[in-house]
Amino acid sequence: MSRQSNRAGDPRKVNGELFTLTYGALVAQLVKDYESDEEVNKQLEKMGYNMGIRLIEDFLARSNVGRCHDFRETADVISKAGFKMYLGIIPVVSNWSPAGDEFSLLIENNPLTEFVELPANHSSLNYSSILCGVLKGCLEMVQMDVDVKVVQDQLKGDSITELRLKFIKRLEDALPAGED
Amino acid sequence: MSGGKQRISNLEKPLGKGKPEVNIASFALLFSEIVQYCQNRVYTVPELQNKLSEFGYHIGSHILDLLYLREKGYKREIKLLNMLLFVKSNLWKTLFGKEADKLEHANDDERTYYIIEKEPLVNRFISVPKDKGSLNCAAFTAGILEAILIGANFPAKVTVHWHKGTTFMIKFDESVIVRDKMVEGK
Repeated sequence: MSRQSNRAGDPRKVNGELFTLTYGALVAQLVKDYESDEEVNKQLEKMGYNMGIRLIEDFLARSNVGRCHDFRETADVISKAGFKMYLGIIPVVSNWSPAGDEFSLLIENNPLTEFVELPANHSSLNYSSILCGVLKGCLEMVQMDVDVKVVQDQLKGDSITELRLKFIKRLEDALPAGED
Repeated sequence: MSGGKQRISNLEKPLGKGKPEVNIASFALLFSEIVQYCQNRVYTVPELQNKLSEFGYHIGSHILDLLYLREKGYKREIKLLNMLLFVKSNLWKTLFGKEADKLEHANDDERTYYIIEKEPLVNRFISVPKDKGSLNCAAFTAGILEAILIGANFPAKVTVHWHKGTTFMIKFDESVIVRDKMVEGK
């Protein structure tokens, strides 16, 4: 085999199924390690948060988006640039609240849940909680305090997966931990 | 299964062609969280590697049938060498987009084979701390490999070593060698 064929494929991409299964292995392990589904959800969110605060740097460096001027623009960037870049999907932005501080991301083909069947005794497990954490972490790093929840889940029989984002407040001059 | 909602199980959907891709950063960050999670629950490097290999095992046991269905038209390998080549090319290509760098047979032991990979995907983002010099996160890949081999009925132990990059040492069960000689008619 020549060197060339060894470098085949896009070096910036990995197999989506490897990603899906790796995430599956993580959830399976957490389910074993923790007592309740709620604790697993919490742990997944925490890990997502850790990923989010690092992911945002990668995102800002690789995409050409500047500062968003309002929450609507943020929603667009999240779905059309963020999700597209990292998961290869573009969720639909919808269900705006009248005040413009809440919206939903509708995900049809969630790469995280491919191959997944939720056992009946884990009905309160939010399999995709990690996404909530990632979004929260990312947005916090651009001074936005946002609440993210899974409100519909395909694994629980809903026709679509829906994440609800609610803008809480703008964070002012937050110093990074340990630099005060 | 109840509640009146129309429920389409993921299991009833057709199997995709298997070409979805995600950004390498998504995988890297997820993997890094897994490594940290494991590290918080163990005391030593070998324990950490075992944990990672368990994660890999879970993945391997799920991806085996997928590979056989797609790449092999439902046929399983019965010969040891073909199985190893299947791992080196098909499995590696599916998971990492390239073949493994090398496959070697140990000179002194017919049960032992090596797959050598200069720069495994999972190590690309990990900087090993000085006090944990022997840590190799490719133990994760070793777990995948072991699950595949055991699932295909070639019981083996796969361990990971720093040697010419990363070397996966595959030590087959004696029964595999005996059976293979029978299959080959030697």
